[in-house]
Amino acid sequence: MEYIQILVSAIFVNNVVLSRFLGICPFLGVSNRVSTSLGMGGAVIFVLTIAAIVCYLIQNFILVPLQIKFMQTISFILVIAALVQMVEIILKKVSPSLYQALGIFLPLITTNCAVLGVAILSIQKNYNLLQTTVFALASGLGFALALLLFAGLREQLELSSNIPKALKGMPAALLVAGLLAMAFMGFAGIVN
Amino acid sequence: MKIQIILKGIFKENPIFVLMLGMCPTLATTSSAINGFSMGLATTFVLVLSNLTVSLIAKQIPDKVRIPSYVVIIATFVTVIDLLMAGYLPDIHATLGIFIPLIVVNCIVLARAESFAAKNGASNSIVDGLGSGLGFTLALSLLGFARELLGEYAIFGTKLIETDGMVLFILAPGAFIALAYLTVLFNMIKKRLIK
Repeated sequence: MEYIQILVSAIFVNNVVLSRFLGICPFLGVSNRVSTSLGMGGAVIFVLTIAAIVCYLIQNFILVPLQIKFMQTISFILVIAALVQMVEIILKKVSPSLYQALGIFLPLITTNCAVLGVAILSIQKNYNLLQTTVFALASGLGFALALLLFAGLREQLELSSNIPKALKGMPAALLVAGLLAMAFMGFAGIVN
Repeated sequence: MKIQIILKGIFKENPIFVLMLGMCPTLATTSSAINGFSMGLATTFVLVLSNLTVSLIAKQIPDKVRIPSYVVIIATFVTVIDLLMAGYLPDIHATLGIFIPLIVVNCIVLARAESFAAKNGASNSIVDGLGSGLGFTLALSLLGFARELLGEYAIFGTKLIETDGMVLFILAPGAFIALAYLTVLFNMIKKRLIK
């Protein structure tokens, strides 16, 4: 039950993008097409989950025992950068088809603040390893869901011609994101 | 010359309204003018010091490990400001929360280090960091001011009318909507001034 609560809360109620404001840059940047947003979403779910688990292990088995918790930011960002590189190399060898699909998005993920954000959040929330895994996976799913919905809306937006000239481009996209966030507010209260 | 660099950061290449970089803290920390302003200043601190450091040692860093080295430099200054704020401004530190360590992944900081500081001298790099930082701070303060005014009918924490405001602007959707209209406003003013 507890894990289902974490899952629902991270996907819908406290969606990483629309309510926590993590990972806005790729959310606005890679949402022109539904197909690319699927690739980006998949890559984020993958890296986010591994990164949160590795950061959890580093925090509890290196930083805390050595009493160097102030090194958190520096060590986490380095680990994430190295991890992204490693995932890229392994994917290339093990599954070329998956690499084809996710490849170009992987380098972008290092600067996705959702990855570092979720790693830090799960430590702040004092989650254990299993909870961290579920939380990270759910956050990744939430990111992918928001990105996919947003990309679908933006594709429709491209087609419509009666947008005021001043709103064309980014402002219109931001307004749509605002409406999407409003829709997600409807989930508030499902779980505490 | 130096003033031109600063003005470029604030106006022509404003990180938020023009370049659209560093959107996460922009949307997340601007529920009031003071919060936006302090987030802006913290980022400016990191920008200036990382620009200075990168400009001083850029020639010594091998090209291949350039980006990781910049990230370590930036992360160092982020840790410094994180600990300083936790010690001296615990209230603001608690409100901004996770977004202070997240300055590390703020695209503006890395973008300025890579595209300006690595190729320019120390004094120009400081000025450039200051310009981009001020542009960022200005945008965040404006957005925070607008959201606080509409959402709570208040200016810098002082209530103007004793009723509940349009709470939507304090909540998540309001951040997107307020930023959308501020961007339109910024573009309109810019167009006027260029003519």
